Amino acid sequence: MAASAKPARTGFLSKDYFERMTWVDWVLNALRVLILALVIIGATNTLLSGKYTLAQWVSLIMSGLAQGSIYALIALGYTLVYGILLMINFAHGEVYMAGAFTAYFIADWTAKSGLLASAPVIAVLIWVIVAALVSMGVAVLLERVAYRPLRGAPRLVPLITAIGASFFLQYTFRGLYGTGFKSYPAVPIIQGSVAIGGFNILIAQLVVFFSALVLMLALYWLIERTKMGKAMRAVSEDKEVSRLMGIDIDRVIVFTFLLGGALAGAAGVINGLYRPQGVNFFMGFFPGIKAFTAAVLGGIGSVPGAMLGGIFLGIIESVGPSLILDGLGINSANQLKDVIAFTMLVFVLIFRPQGILGERLKEKKA
Amino acid sequence: MALLEVDNIHAYYGKIHALKGVSLTVEKGEVVSLIGGNGAGKTTTLRCISGLIKPTDGSVTFDDDVVADYAAHELVPMGIAMVPEGRGIFSKLTVQENMEMGAFYRNDKEGIKQDMEHGYHIFPRLAERRTQIAGTMSGGEQQMLAMARALMSKPRLLLLDEPSMGLAPVLVELIFDTIRDINQQGVTVLLVEQNAHMALQIANRGYVLQTGEIILSDNAASLRKDPMVQKAYLGID
Ligand SMILES: Nc1ncnc2c1ncn2[C@@H]1O[C@H](COP(=O)(O)OP(=O)(O)OP(=O)(O)O)[C@@H](O)[C@H]1O
Ligand SMILES: [Mg+2]
Repeated sequence: MAASAKPARTGFLSKDYFERMTWVDWVLNALRVLILALVIIGATNTLLSGKYTLAQWVSLIMSGLAQGSIYALIALGYTLVYGILLMINFAHGEVYMAGAFTAYFIADWTAKSGLLASAPVIAVLIWVIVAALVSMGVAVLLERVAYRPLRGAPRLVPLITAIGASFFLQYTFRGLYGTGFKSYPAVPIIQGSVAIGGFNILIAQLVVFFSALVLMLALYWLIERTKMGKAMRAVSEDKEVSRLMGIDIDRVIVFTFLLGGALAGAAGVINGLYRPQGVNFFMGFFPGIKAFTAAVLGGIGSVPGAMLGGIFLGIIESVGPSLILDGLGINSANQLKDVIAFTMLVFVLIFRPQGILGERLKEKKA
Repeated sequence: MALLEVDNIHAYYGKIHALKGVSLTVEKGEVVSLIGGNGAGKTTTLRCISGLIKPTDGSVTFDDDVVADYAAHELVPMGIAMVPEGRGIFSKLTVQENMEMGAFYRNDKEGIKQDMEHGYHIFPRLAERRTQIAGTMSGGEQQMLAMARALMSKPRLLLLDEPSMGLAPVLVELIFDTIRDINQQGVTVLLVEQNAHMALQIANRGYVLQTGEIILSDNAASLRKDPMVQKAYLGID
């Protein structure tokens, strides 16, 4: 509670703000102004130059929205586990990979057997179920084997284990399925685009966005309304008191990993609908890191934060290079979208460590 | 056999020997008070009874079951409920959701609903605040919620850890009246208090704990007259 002894920071409006500024504040403020200036200059330049048409902006936003929905689904796995265990499950990208990679073989089979052509919705649902089940299995196995024995150990220990588990899973799946790159079969009914309000929008993007939305609404309902969801919130707040309520906290923790796994597996298939290629034992690495970034952006531990952070990151990544970098005269800006993503992460950590919707860590929790 | 038998338990926190052979019994239907100063080991004793920690030596027996054989969450359906020190409210959950967590192991929807209404009947202040986020309530209201929530598990033995802590005298009165009512409805109570005056008024019997040892035990009326208790815990010279 040492923090409450210090007067709360009230921002520029407080009279003695400038007197209380330390050199760190000066540097941070200078950075803040610099970034804001760059963003504004870049954006105005781009917009004034008229290099991109409105239709192009819409398509950038839509692809950001689709990509962001996928980040959001994966980010939820990080945030749910963090909320309960205050631990970053760095192997979550591999949980995603396990489902997506395994479901590829089912997808391939449904394509070859003709099921995909005759009953595409059923076929894709089968992919999703298989991916979700495999990812859930891997997530629970991780919890049981790698994390549970270390509960109560210093916080660095499970982190290192997570990284080890991550390699272990990558090489296990490499051993199981080989090193080659595979591609999900194309789903006929989601090819092409529709015109909405005069813009052509890819059907696949709409499918991605709406299926992610449905999953997120379902998750939200589960957490807010069901007994298990309430128990999750209770356990994340106070484990000891939860036990006094008769809650088996191990069961709640397993359930949390199951939920995160299901969402990651589903995200794997949804990603495959949108970008079928690139199925490989390493496919979880970048989405995992991006989704982790999104979770931190939104405020790790916060469920709406992970959703928002994912969408936000997706859109920034997609629109940012053209909007800001282009206007600053940086060439082939599109190749720099990863730079934008991680720069965002660094700036959020500097300016708002708790993330967009996160709350400051209470001492009790930390 | 008594409902609760604590037999010569020892407990450690690292090297700190917090309980040095504590024994006490609580008969069915009683209110028993455990009084003692800061750091005497009162909370530790309750934590051993509710299964949160296991004594390194000695045993706790509840209704012929050895408590150490069960996880804390398994003891709730068996009839032990505890209101922890500092209330332990889930501050981000609503009042209603807190109450639901108290009934976590139960599946009888109708029964839960009835018991919830009963809890709101005991503490009308809570009824008005069902949808309020529990963390935004006053300390007194939170104490009421903690007790109402504990009752949701239909306990046979209710463990209360300093329910009067930090409350205004009027509220302390209300809380102790309620404890008496709850007891009259058939719930056995083990009450931990520093407020020895109130605790010994509603109790049948009492124990005095000091640095991990029971130094005195008697019926409440005699304890109130004991010169040592009067001096150390009742502020009478
Ligand atoms: N988590 C802990 N880690 C280390 N020592 C502890 C811990 N909890 C309690 N202790 C120590 O054990 C002893 C008994 O503590 P306990 O909390 O049972 O006392 P208490 O009678 O409940 O006191 P109070 O009236 O202040 O709540 C004290 O010396 C305390 O410092
Ligand atoms: Mg105590």
